[in-house]
Formats: sequence, C-alpha cells, structure tokens
Amino acid sequence: MNRRSRRIVGVLVQAALLLALVALIAWAGDNALAQLRARGIQAGFDFLLQPAGFEIGESAFAYDSSQPFWRAFAVGVGNTVRVALPALVLATLLGLLIGIGRLSTHLLLRGLSTAYVETLRNVPLLVQLFMWYFALSELLPAADAALQPLPGVYVSKSGLSLPWPVWAEGAWWPTSLEWPEVGGFNVSGGAAVTPEFLAVLLALATYTAAFIAETVRAGIQSVSAGQRQAAQSLGLTGAQQLRLVVLPQALRVIVPNTTNQYLNLVKNSSLAVAIGYPDLVSVTNTALNQTGRAFECIAVMMSVYLLLSLLTSALMNRYNARVALRGWS
Amino acid sequence: MSWRSQLFGSPWRALLSLLLGGLLLWLVPRLLDWAVVHAVFRADLPACRALDHAGACWGVIAEKGRAILFGRYPFGQQWRPLIGMLLLSAVLGFSAWPRAWRAHALLALWGLGLPLFLLLMRGGVFGLETVPTHLWGGLPLTLLLSVCGLAAAFPLGVLLAFGRRSAWPVAHSLCTTYIELVRGVPLISVLFMASFMLPLLLPPQWKTDVLIRVLVGLTLFTAAYLAEVVRGGLQAVPQGQVLAARALGLTELQVQRDIVLPQALRAVVPALMNSFIGTFKDCSLVSIVSLYELTGSLGLALGGDPEWRPFYLEGYLFIGAVYGLLCFAMSRYSRFIERRLGAAPRRAT
Repeated sequence: MNRRSRRIVGVLVQAALLLALVALIAWAGDNALAQLRARGIQAGFDFLLQPAGFEIGESAFAYDSSQPFWRAFAVGVGNTVRVALPALVLATLLGLLIGIGRLSTHLLLRGLSTAYVETLRNVPLLVQLFMWYFALSELLPAADAALQPLPGVYVSKSGLSLPWPVWAEGAWWPTSLEWPEVGGFNVSGGAAVTPEFLAVLLALATYTAAFIAETVRAGIQSVSAGQRQAAQSLGLTGAQQLRLVVLPQALRVIVPNTTNQYLNLVKNSSLAVAIGYPDLVSVTNTALNQTGRAFECIAVMMSVYLLLSLLTSALMNRYNARVALRGWS
Repeated sequence: MSWRSQLFGSPWRALLSLLLGGLLLWLVPRLLDWAVVHAVFRADLPACRALDHAGACWGVIAEKGRAILFGRYPFGQQWRPLIGMLLLSAVLGFSAWPRAWRAHALLALWGLGLPLFLLLMRGGVFGLETVPTHLWGGLPLTLLLSVCGLAAAFPLGVLLAFGRRSAWPVAHSLCTTYIELVRGVPLISVLFMASFMLPLLLPPQWKTDVLIRVLVGLTLFTAAYLAEVVRGGLQAVPQGQVLAARALGLTELQVQRDIVLPQALRAVVPALMNSFIGTFKDCSLVSIVSLYELTGSLGLALGGDPEWRPFYLEGYLFIGAVYGLLCFAMSRYSRFIERRLGAAPRRAT
C-alpha cells in the first residue's frame, strides 16, 4: 500500500467508526425515549427546581425536605467534600510517616510499617469500612456511658464530641470554648460528628495511607544513594539528610503518584453510601428512586465527580510544577 | 547493622524502641487473649453471648461459614459451586505456570473450563436443578466476576491503548475521551449506570440478567484502567523495534501484534498485576447493586439473623483474611513473574 491509499483507508475507517458510534447512540437514545414514554416518566432537568421531599441525616448547611432537589444534591456534594478533605490530610501525614518507616534502619519501625501496608492494601476498602462502622456504632459504649479519652472529648455509639470555639456577636476571634456535656441519653454541645462520618473518615484515611506510603517509599528509593552519602559526608544529621536532600528530590516522583491516590480517595469516598452516610451517591440514589429520572440523576452525579477529579488534579499539577525539576526536560 | 545497634544505637533509637516495644507488649497479649485464649470456636451461641466480646466468637464462622462462602445458593446444591471453584482455581493455577504458556493450550483450557464452571453453577442439564443467577453468591461469584471481567476488559483495554496512541484523530480523541471520562468517576456510579440505565438503553424485549449488566459495567470500567497501563508499556518500546520490523517487511498488524505488544506487556507486568488485584477487590462493590458476592453474602448471612448479628466483627475478619490471602498470593506471584521475565534473555528481534 502506498501512502496515498493508506490515508484513504484511514479516513474511511475513521468515518465508519464515527458512523457506528452515532448509530449506536441514536439507537440507544431511541430505545430509552420509547421506554420512558411507555412508563410515563418525563425527561429533563426541570425536577432540580422542585421540592425534594426527603430529609438528609446530616449536612454542612441548613437543609430540609421542602427545599429543591438541587439543594439536596449540594448537601450530598458538601458531605462528600467534608469527609474527603480531612481524610486526604490524615492519609498524607500517616502515609508519609509509614513510607519513611518502611525504609528505616530501625527493626521494629520497619516491621510494623511493612505489616501495616501489606495488611491494609490487600483487604477491600468496603470490608474495612464496614468493620470500622460496626466497631464505632456497635462495640462502643452508649452515649450515657461515653468514653472520655481526653478532657472534654467524648466517644460513644452516637459519635464523637469535641469542645468547639464559639464566636460572640461581632467578634473576630473565638471568645470562648463550648464544652460538650453528657446528658441522660446523649452528648450535647460542642462539635459533634456522627459514627458514619467517623467510619468513612478513618477507613479512607487509613486505607489510602497504605498506598501513599508505597509511593513515598518508591520516591525515596528513586533518589540515588550517592546523594545521601554526599549529604552524610557534609556532616548533616539523619533527619537533615532526609529533609534537605532526599525528600526534595523524592517529591518529584512522589507528587504525581500521590495525585493519583488523592483522585482514588475522592472516588472511593463514594463507598460511604454503603453505611448510610449521606454523600453524593446516597443523595443521588434517593433522588433517583423518588423521581425515576435515572439519566439525569446519574449525569449530575458523574459530572460532579468529574469536576472534583479535575479540580484535584489541577491543584496537584500546580504544586507539582513547583517541585518538578526546572531547567531540564 | 546488627539488631542490637538497630534498636539501641542512639538515644533516639532507644526511645523509639521503648515506645514501639511498649505498644507491642501492650497490644499483642490483648489481641491473643481476644482471638485465641478466650475465644469460642464452636457454633455455641450461649457461650458466645457469655463472652460479651471479651473473646472472639469464631463459632459464627462455623455456623455461618457456608452461607458466607456460597451466599444464597440452595443449601443442598452447594457442592456445585464448590467443585466449580476448585475447577476454576485449577485452571487459573495451570495458566499461572509459565511452562504452560502456549496460546492454543490456554485457549482450549479456558474455552472448556469456563463454560463447564457456568454449567455447574447454572444447571438445567444432566438432571441438575436450574439455579438462576440472582441466587449465585459468595466466593464463586467474586471469582467469576473478576475472572470474566478481566478477561473481557483486557482485549478492550489493549484496543483502547492502541487507539489512544493512534495517529488517526477520530480514534485518538474518542479513546482519550472514553479513558479519561471513565477514570474520572467512581466504580459505583458506573455500576449504577449498568443496573439502572442499561435496561433503558436496550429494547425492552431484551431481558438482561443483572449479572450480565454488572459484568458489562465492570468490564467497561476496568478496560479504561488497563488501557492506561498498556499505554505505558507501549511507550516504553523503543522506536527502533518498529522501524526494524517494518524494514523486515512485516505488515503494520504484524508489527504491532508480534513485535510491539509482547514487549509492551512484558514491561508492565507489575502494574498489570496491581490492576488485577484492584479489580478483585473492586468486585466487593457489586453488593451495592444487589449481587451478593463474598462481602454481600456476609451481610446476608449475619444481617438477617439477630442472634448472630453481634458477631459481625469476626465475620469481617474472616472475609478480610480470605481477601488478604488471595491478594497476597497474587502480589507474590507478580514478583515471581517479574523475576522470571527479567531473567529471560531479552532477544532484540
């Protein structure tokens, strides 16, 4: 085949591909419209403005069932972000420690870090999430006998309560701390989080930490031994070698891989629906069952996750540009 | 470094050793106490109740083990999934053995093994009672989903990877869009789509089984991830290989199939195995769209029985151990294959 005929074949194959795709979409769309008509379900996104009619267990902002569907979706997104962000911070800290621990020359530290990574990585997140939730919601004491690990901090079946700063009218900084109190059946006052929130947070953070630890380990190992020896011969201490010489170079390998783990964490937060934490998936599921508008609800959910993913990778890429090797490539 | 200087070489080390050692000394006896010394191993409900969680009630596994492993599959017929699982494991084990890697032999093996497994599970012939797919569950379902999902996703992933690297703009942009879209959303949303939207998109007379729909969702999702792994491998093949193969007069298909792809796959064996392990673990999510594989069948077995419900933790630890062992075995196998491929002579053909 000469170049000209190869180009013609290329154009023809691509045209056929495109045509097949359009035909498939048209056929599927036709089927969908026919079935929706037969079932009397309306299509369109107008339902987002109608009252949702269902309550949501917890929310970052005020919400009740008379508010429109779009507010309900916003509550779901808020809950997803509210649990994913702290999980991300916790996972990073824990992962960094364990990743460094896996390469430590200290026998116990190395052994424990390795055991942590091998155990947590090999069990599905869903199983771990269920385990955390069961432990937090069934094995802890009831609220009236709440454990008090630190003064003012209460842990019980109904969640975790912390002292929380309160602002007086018009004040710029917190004027006092509100302390939680143990009442007859519950703990009131202060800041409280539900066992569902806590289970999702802990499961996501500990699971992702195992993966981040592996990327940290790979990053540190990618720095050549000569760098460390040179730092040693300059008289830097072990911690200084790590902080000033090894980590800045390792970050170039660590950051892109950690970005992937962050993306996974955000997507994995969708498992929260399994234990009844009202995240985006859970709200979508309820809305879908109430309205029957599968396309619209799933489209909203998928677009939000895509946006969150894009946002995460955009932020991480900006950070990556700062740590990446300059003047090369 | 000797273990003595590792542990006590400097004041910091000594402090760390004391802290971690103290933690272990506090934790390990308590764990042993709970898991072994005070544990009840018989399916003895009053004894388990009397423990009040001071010891593990492994009796829950003795009592519910079959329900956990086989889900809602009819009790009297559970020898069928058991034999099916052994058969599938034998086929898998044989395929994992590098000496058996002959394309025709493997194709024949899988072409026989998989239908036989499905036949055993489904029944309806040779006097076997028919068991509809919505009753399938437990470990056999987990194995079935991961094996079939991966087998279907792999060729699709390879196609997508070639498509993304293609010089044809339509193929390139379609494949890139698909891969990035799928990788940007969680598996749950894809499973939702498969179970709620797929029936709407097909003509109403096509009654699709929920198992098939979930398999389609799992395949479409996994393919996007495999595509990126394979693409990484394709990028690692030196351009000289392609030029040399073309100079020998091979057709473009031969160049890609016989020269580029084998080298690309060999370069990404560890990443591929990681994806396989990921898919195996991801199968636990299908319980959210009401297919009761291992994780889901535990929920069925214990959630529906108020008497044994308090011993969920032991149940989770049990299936966690099953998953953990299988994943650990897979990652060990990955290292073995990596070493073996690394040791094999790399011929510059």
